[in-house]
Amino acid sequence: MSSEVYERIRRNPKFDELVSKRSSFAWTLTAVVLGLYFIFIMIVAFNPTLLAKPIWEGGVATIAWPIGAGLILLFWLLTGVYIRRANGEFDDINSQLIKEAIE
Amino acid sequence: MITRRFLQFAAAVLALGWIGLAVAAPDVGQAQKQALNIHAIVMFFIFVMMTLGITYWAAQRTKTASDYYSAGGGITGTQNGLAIAGDYMSAATLLGLTSMTYFQGFDGYIYCICFYVGWPFIMFIMAERLRNLGKFTFADITSYRLDQRSVRTVAAIGSLTVVVFYLIAQMVGAGQLIKLLFGLEYWIAVVIVGVLMVIYVTFGGMIATTWVQIIKACLLLGGGTLVMLLAFSQFGFSLETLATKAVENSKKGIALMAPGSFLSDPVTAVSLSLGLMFGTAGLPHILMRFFTVPNAKEARKSVFIATLCVGFFFTVVAIMGLSAITIVGTNPEYFEGGDLAGKLRGGGNMPAMHLAHAVGGNLMLGFLSAVAFATILAVVSGLALAGASAISHDLYANVIRRGQATETEEVRVSKRSSLFLGVLAVLLGIAFEKQNVAFMVGLAFGVAASCNFPVLILSMYWKGLTTRGAIWGSIAGLVSAVLIVVLSKAVWVTVLGNKAPLFPYEQPAIFSMPIAFFFAWLGSTLDNSARAAAEKEAFEDQYVRAQTGFGAAGAASH
Repeated sequence: MSSEVYERIRRNPKFDELVSKRSSFAWTLTAVVLGLYFIFIMIVAFNPTLLAKPIWEGGVATIAWPIGAGLILLFWLLTGVYIRRANGEFDDINSQLIKEAIE
Repeated sequence: MITRRFLQFAAAVLALGWIGLAVAAPDVGQAQKQALNIHAIVMFFIFVMMTLGITYWAAQRTKTASDYYSAGGGITGTQNGLAIAGDYMSAATLLGLTSMTYFQGFDGYIYCICFYVGWPFIMFIMAERLRNLGKFTFADITSYRLDQRSVRTVAAIGSLTVVVFYLIAQMVGAGQLIKLLFGLEYWIAVVIVGVLMVIYVTFGGMIATTWVQIIKACLLLGGGTLVMLLAFSQFGFSLETLATKAVENSKKGIALMAPGSFLSDPVTAVSLSLGLMFGTAGLPHILMRFFTVPNAKEARKSVFIATLCVGFFFTVVAIMGLSAITIVGTNPEYFEGGDLAGKLRGGGNMPAMHLAHAVGGNLMLGFLSAVAFATILAVVSGLALAGASAISHDLYANVIRRGQATETEEVRVSKRSSLFLGVLAVLLGIAFEKQNVAFMVGLAFGVAASCNFPVLILSMYWKGLTTRGAIWGSIAGLVSAVLIVVLSKAVWVTVLGNKAPLFPYEQPAIFSMPIAFFFAWLGSTLDNSARAAAEKEAFEDQYVRAQTGFGAAGAASH
């Protein structure tokens, strides 16, 4: 029985719309996070002096700290960006899709 | 019946605690053991009473297998987010990462970021599919369209390997920590942790385990933040003042402020980050948490909350470590024999605790010690439940009984398994007392990243995965991760006492993950059986369910 419903969901053009929109959004965000993270790790591994610049002229605190905290904050905000769209727009398409399939 | 047994158990724990106090009172004079810490013991006692109360309440509400394994899917996203954060922030996070920042400066914060980055990944790629496909254990997902018995067997082996290594590390950590903080004997601490863990899991199942995690997460976040604020206020909340003082007072000087030698070897750096990132996404006790929420929406919300808590806490810990350099590092009271050039009293993991004492006196030290103990307790409970589920739901119900076991039988086996795991954890904890177990958490993450994660992600994303591929991939990942760690310096030299390591790198992920993926691909591609064709065929329905959540295990109404 459920196999038939799955078949109906799959044939609904909204399913392709949902999958392609959500996948491209999720993978874009993943690429941003992984890209920034591995750039950061590469700098740490190969060119650490880049992060050793002081924040304030003649100061001691380096830009490494705010950059680290910034990464953490940014990654969290990106998860927020994702759920904003996923729990709103995507879930709306999703519930329409299921409604149409079981009618 | 349950009530009576519960009360008997609870009474036994309390009695044990008091014996512990009595035995510990005369200090036997081990270098590491500290004087009996009454504040800490009283506060920990309050925590234990509270959690036992919750376990009692949870036991009344735990009726079905679904209540037991996944709290009936009735946990909200925010609650689950706190619980996930609780599962993830161990005592090692509080003590180990504070100490790393204390000694290494920015390198400690890099480590935090490595531990952190798995979360956004879980959010984007895994959270909703996990929720839509899973029921009680992650093997529900890997075996969704594959052969139940063989795939569940290897998944359970992977889960149990991770759980046991992680448990040993936590148990040994608990024993050492409690000896230090509470002034109790090592074995008593290990037994208390083991007994409480079994009580929470056996009687309260996932409901109790979740609430223990939530309380602990709040305590840890609250306690850590308070100590951090008190410490940071001594520098007028200025990063520049904090940094200047730290550089003045540290042996490392200005090197504190930039990446140093810690990640100087790029292979290790990348391998460590891969292991931590994808290991997080393969930890059975974390994955299990996704099945406690009613739908994908709440699953996403839980990752959002967990990511916030974990990221915030790592930053708190880094500031604590930096502050401790000045506040603890210049105070002879915290050094053995009052010698500032000597060792920290109680060992290298103590900056967080000394900092709590320095900014808030014995009361704050007691509070933070109790929080650290509670943290260990909560983490081992999550682990024990994940291990017990792998034994009862995967091995017993689906492999041995081929899905014919009743819910009651399954839950009974799970309760016995958690008792078995408790005893095992206590015995191993005592056996490994004198060993350096630092490598065990790394090993747990390595196995999670190489044995559990590749097959899990392929089963959700790759149509071509077949039973043979899943089994080859899991076994290849497990064997290569364990072999690499055993042949590396951490075990071959440090533990086994050989002269030179047989394998130059300690972090397995960069090698063992590709090996696992390769064998999963190879096994699947070479599999031309009719069964393999049917398995590929079945991906279509699984895919629709993964995307839409239609047909997913729903929330039980309470």
